[in-house]
Amino acid sequence: MVTASIRKEMYALADCNNFYASCERVFEPQLEDKPLVVLSNNDGCVIARSQEAKALGFKVGDPIFKFKDAVRQHNVIVRSSNFALYGDMSHRVMQTMRLFSPDVEVYSIDEAFIELVGLRGRNYENEMRRMRATILQWTGIPVSIGIGKTKTLAKLANHYAKRTIGIGGVAKIPQNPNEMLKTIEVGDIWGIGRQWSTKLRNIGVKTAFDLAAMDPTLIRDSFNIIAMKTAMELRGHKYFHFEQTPDQRKTLLRSRSFGKPVETWQELSEAIASHATRAAEKLRNENLVAKVLRVFFHTSLFNHRDPRHSTHAVVELIPPTNVTHDIIKAAVGAAEPMWQAGFKYKRAGVHLTDLSSGQVQCSLFDSEEKRIQDKRIMNVLDAVNAGMGAGTLHYAATGFTKVMQMRQLRKSPRYTTHWDELPECLCGLHEVQGGMSHISQNTK
Amino acid sequence: MVEELRLPLIGSGVEAGLPGFPSPADDFIERTLDLNEQLVTNPIATFFVRASGHSMDGAGIHDGDLLVVDRSVTPIHESIVIAVIDGGLTVKRLSKRGAGASLLPEPNNMDQGVYLPIEVGPDTDATIWGVVTWSLHRLGKKCTR
Repeated sequence: MVTASIRKEMYALADCNNFYASCERVFEPQLEDKPLVVLSNNDGCVIARSQEAKALGFKVGDPIFKFKDAVRQHNVIVRSSNFALYGDMSHRVMQTMRLFSPDVEVYSIDEAFIELVGLRGRNYENEMRRMRATILQWTGIPVSIGIGKTKTLAKLANHYAKRTIGIGGVAKIPQNPNEMLKTIEVGDIWGIGRQWSTKLRNIGVKTAFDLAAMDPTLIRDSFNIIAMKTAMELRGHKYFHFEQTPDQRKTLLRSRSFGKPVETWQELSEAIASHATRAAEKLRNENLVAKVLRVFFHTSLFNHRDPRHSTHAVVELIPPTNVTHDIIKAAVGAAEPMWQAGFKYKRAGVHLTDLSSGQVQCSLFDSEEKRIQDKRIMNVLDAVNAGMGAGTLHYAATGFTKVMQMRQLRKSPRYTTHWDELPECLCGLHEVQGGMSHISQNTK
Repeated sequence: MVEELRLPLIGSGVEAGLPGFPSPADDFIERTLDLNEQLVTNPIATFFVRASGHSMDGAGIHDGDLLVVDRSVTPIHESIVIAVIDGGLTVKRLSKRGAGASLLPEPNNMDQGVYLPIEVGPDTDATIWGVVTWSLHRLGKKCTR
């Protein structure tokens, strides 16, 4: 047996429980135990729910106006999204994790993979329990943690930790994982998703255990290489390394509904340029370039009285790029011929696809000087906007007044990022909501 | 079109003197003092909170003061804490006696008896939200230059 060189690698996946709802509750503890939903950028759809709201049947994507009665009937707290708050709280959670392991891979705003190999000689489960308790005390955010030999298993353990009451939010894939794998439905496996799960169920593969038992070559031939790697990961063989996932970003969408209908080309083009700008920033941030750009805009999908118009245009970006002015030019240039007067446009967006990392290839159209100069401009742009606030330096094409004011009527204060919006704590008589009777009862 | 792009280097230290001529004081520049170093020991767990009301005037916390709250500090006997009482955030002095604890108001002498202490027991749901480590009190009116 060769054991000497085997490193006992382990991954943990830490995932904040109902993250947006939890953030709201840190600063408003009275929301604890109450059904709470958070709405999308324009107060349109549900994007996050507290456990209580989930139990009432609210789904992500539900347009809130259709559920007015349910909201009133169950006293559901409805909040606009407060990304200034969620972003800051996310940062605090991730920073706390970094005190426990140097290798933290932020996977989304509310989850991260942690490589545990550095914690040699310690009991991983206890260590993660300690981390969970620290995050809860320091930030007020409850997290669930799954531990496993591969990222897929860690994700699966996390799923188990989240829905199993009484294990304290931390679960580890046991030495013999079969029993646990049998309790996980195939659609709940990371990287399998809805598209494969139906097909898998049709051929009798219902649980994670079934998938792990399947012949890998058969999986590769009937599905794809990612599904095969996922199955191998379920068996404990590492295929997704640190900073690698089965669902690498392939597309990037930036779109938003307008606060009020947009009728002029000036306003519409500014909105498109602004989406293009933010998409380009995101690309540079992730060291990606885009090859294909789709720009779209349409009138309200719900308003049937006014004339309706929905259109989009696709252009190839030659060469693939992440330079803001190239992307603005392509998006606005493609949108202009499609625009028609006389419509009340409700939404516009820029969708970048065929993303790839790596070097921007030179083409016939691309001079070396332009490339170097573009890079310099982008560096300055990103440095200034990072240091002085997003949008400090921006392209004239995005306009000088923000046409797209978001409708956010129920936003909580930006408790942690604005001096004028700090949480208030009472030093007074009226601190007990609902009257003094309760407090005097407990005063001896 | 822009023909040439001339921009200062971000973060370069040459603003202090004439270009090319280092200021004679350069050798003595250490750094500027950052108040955060005094006030914020653990930024991850530190939150700022605004005080409202007079029940803690005696402890040096006045209406409108800015409180620095560190959630990573373990509350001990006599700590000033932010407590969650019936769902709201309040400031109190924590008093621990044996197994029991109480949350005490600390008003000025003339207000003694106006605010009542809260016994924390099995019947009272009180959680400590964080420990107040500093109170920043503005002297005089908000000044403008």
